Amino acid sequence: MSSVIEQERYTCAIGALQSVVAIPRAVPILHSGPGCGDMIQGFFERSTGYAGGSTSPCTNFSEKEVVFGGIERLRDIVANTYKVLDTDLQVILTGCTAGIVGDDVDALAEEFREEGKPLVAVETAGFKCNNYEAHSLVVNAIIDQYVDMYTKDNESRSEPNTVNLFASVPYQDPFWKGNLGEYKRLLEGLGLKVHILFGPLSDGVTEWQRIPRAGFNILVSPWYGIPIVEHLESQYGQPYTWFPHIPVGANETERFLKQVLSFALEQGAELDKEKAEAFIKRESEAYYEEIDNLATFLLEFRYGLPNHVHILHDAGYVVGLSKFLLHEVGIVPKEQFVTDNTPTKFQEQIVAELASTSSKRKIPILFEPDAGLAQEVIRKLSHEGRGLIIGSGWDKELAKEKDYDFLSAALPSPYRLVMTTNYVGFSGGLRVIEDIYHNVLATYR
Amino acid sequence: MSKVNLNLPEVQIREIRINSITGFQGGAEELVNCAKCGLKDNARSFTQCVGCATSKAACMTILVQDGAVISHGPVGCSSCYHEFAFTYRVNSLLRGVEHPTQRKIYSTNLTENDTVYGGNEKLAKAIREVYERTHPKVIFVLTTCAVGIIGDDVESVCDEAEEELGIPVAAIFCEGFRSTVWTTGFDAGYHGIARKLVKPPRKRREDMINVINFWGSDVFADWFAPFGAKPNYITPYSTVESLTYSSEAVATVQACSTLGSYLGAVLEQEFGVPELPTAPPYGVVQTDRWFRALGKLLGKEEIAEQVIAEKKAAYLPKIEELKKKFRKIAGERSLTAYVTGGAAHGHALLSVLGELGIKAVGAAIFHHDPLFDNGEPDNDQLAQRVRDYGDVPNFNVCNKQEFELVNVLNRLRPDLLLARHGGMTLWGAKLGIPSLLIGDEHYSMGYEGLIKYGERILETLENDEFVKNLEKHAVNPYTKWWLSQQPNTFLAKKESRV
Repeated sequence: MSSVIEQERYTCAIGALQSVVAIPRAVPILHSGPGCGDMIQGFFERSTGYAGGSTSPCTNFSEKEVVFGGIERLRDIVANTYKVLDTDLQVILTGCTAGIVGDDVDALAEEFREEGKPLVAVETAGFKCNNYEAHSLVVNAIIDQYVDMYTKDNESRSEPNTVNLFASVPYQDPFWKGNLGEYKRLLEGLGLKVHILFGPLSDGVTEWQRIPRAGFNILVSPWYGIPIVEHLESQYGQPYTWFPHIPVGANETERFLKQVLSFALEQGAELDKEKAEAFIKRESEAYYEEIDNLATFLLEFRYGLPNHVHILHDAGYVVGLSKFLLHEVGIVPKEQFVTDNTPTKFQEQIVAELASTSSKRKIPILFEPDAGLAQEVIRKLSHEGRGLIIGSGWDKELAKEKDYDFLSAALPSPYRLVMTTNYVGFSGGLRVIEDIYHNVLATYR
Repeated sequence: MSKVNLNLPEVQIREIRINSITGFQGGAEELVNCAKCGLKDNARSFTQCVGCATSKAACMTILVQDGAVISHGPVGCSSCYHEFAFTYRVNSLLRGVEHPTQRKIYSTNLTENDTVYGGNEKLAKAIREVYERTHPKVIFVLTTCAVGIIGDDVESVCDEAEEELGIPVAAIFCEGFRSTVWTTGFDAGYHGIARKLVKPPRKRREDMINVINFWGSDVFADWFAPFGAKPNYITPYSTVESLTYSSEAVATVQACSTLGSYLGAVLEQEFGVPELPTAPPYGVVQTDRWFRALGKLLGKEEIAEQVIAEKKAAYLPKIEELKKKFRKIAGERSLTAYVTGGAAHGHALLSVLGELGIKAVGAAIFHHDPLFDNGEPDNDQLAQRVRDYGDVPNFNVCNKQEFELVNVLNRLRPDLLLARHGGMTLWGAKLGIPSLLIGDEHYSMGYEGLIKYGERILETLENDEFVKNLEKHAVNPYTKWWLSQQPNTFLAKKESRV
């Protein structure tokens, strides 16, 4: 394994401050060095939300706080945050400095909570883990220190038709807003009430308070987020159903919805199964009308279209997009690269997931957070036909070197602006197709 | 004058070295006068995210064409660097780099274990791996908070690697917590470059002038041509070779006196390259002075007078026309503007406003250096602004504290907001104030710059439909209470360090 990470595609634990930014009217309070917020803002770009970016309070550790501790400074900053900013939930996130110095932020948060302030503290020193993992730390801290205070009015599993959905890591998934919105729409189509918890289509802190009411939880993720659903299972007795990759296009979206539907019925949700199935069918038919229209173009366009793809992304996208592109678009996935630093214990299952894509071919997969190395592998590869790279902005240069088509779909994303686009679901699949061929056709002039 | 000591691995931080501050509210003239008799810094009891030295050191090293950069720390400490890779690529044409190469940026990805057992070994391995992978001509190692606190011996690890690999391996000490002034990061980058790359001059090159700048457009080539010289831009888009022999230049000029303060002093004190003893050329009067100073330094006073005369004949009438247009828009009153940006470019924009007849009603400048490293009062761009165009009221030294900016803008409601750093124009726009950010630091320089920049101001004032619409729908997280307080509410006096 290499001793460095080149061209990082994720950031450190404190990057999970974006999960707070994604909750309407919540504010992250950084107890960290002065540059942490700036680094995170620079990584995600165009991601300041309600009170992120330059709005987020920060203790801006100096030499003094490193030597004497920064808890007094944090107390001032928190107290004044209530005066200056109008927010519903405040979450303290610690950086490396506070982590090494050992400031007791939990005790401080407790003090403020005793005064009735909705203040949460979570340790996110950068050396602890990356932001994929820290997302779970943040969500679980909010559950323990905030949601749990409202259980009196929100009895565990009191609404069998309600679900909590844990899928995209906000902002790390560039399509998180659109994806969460599409999951919500699809699951509502089955007759469920859905808490998506992040983004403008959620109900902000009120929705968080109602988390315990849900009959069960849904996890859509290759590996991150598992601690959240496990925690909720032990805390509120909510079982969960786990779909291990991003459902893009018809095949996987139908599988996903059918899995949720049958789990919901098992868990005692009162759903009209026929109506739910009719909903899936209608969505699917609308999707295939488009594919039908498109097939002639895919089959006959004589000036050249990509026939194979390398994807550099998190494991959920790598598997989801590979399945989709092979079966529903006809682009063959060649070597694939998982850049999310997947813990070893989950790799075998992801390999199996990808292998199940086709009985006819083997799709090589490499787990490599050092994306510079992944690029080196691609540099040396050569396949017949026109190639496509789906990855982050870093890969645009590689695609140019190789004269491949390129689709920017991962972070960091300096060459593409995403607002509410979704890649999840039937419509997400169609959007992926539009994006790929928009770029391909733009090369003709 | 600050003492340069290249024997020490770490650069002395700005607030100690040249008494820089980040907190002040008053008038510009008051600040200039305070600076002469000992400046007091003020701390805030509420602060927002600022930014730190490490990314400033990063931009001065990542853009060196043939180098590689290792951030020694957790992966987050380098996560904004892809932005510099983007900058390098898109601005390369401005600097004649036709085939910009991929930037080589690495993180040692420090983990919890490393904070317990130390990261020296990991760094040593990383340097060798980066060398094997890219064969750069220099490797820069940037330190981070975690590494600074656990006490890794970065200097020794780099020195050992340097000896083994036979290329310079420069340790750059830029941990965020060390300095409250993020520009210390530029100094740290330059210090490492000066220690490991710059060599004593073999000769003096009368045809080469160092320009310390960011990645702005190449305006200096045309300006230096009549003097028979070419710009040697440092350090973005420079090469190891061009940095090594920057010591041979006949002079050093600054695009921003704050940015290059330390490097200018190093080149002068250690390598005998004189720094132009006047502030950069923003505004007509200062541009006159700048060309005259350049002529004097090069012993080509007559050429300077010729250049000034020719340029003024060509551009002054156009500047007058622009001023007329501004007067027409303003009607009976005068147009007002607020400036936010770093020192000293923010000061430069205040001069540009002064020249164009737009009244500066306030400014939020990220820090203040009472005197630069060369100890030359004539390099003080704020003093020059006050001298040439008068005082600026509501002058706030404020390290990107958005809450103060929002408060002040809401009170002053100027006709225009000028900014030079990301994130600040948003608040002008949310309040319906036409806002302009120009990143290219050379854009408003010289006589012709006044016209280019002035035209952009005109365009911004005229096309205000977007900000007027945004104002109607803007989201505002600030409380009514805060907006009704004095902007310095959280700014407390503290003892002077002097």
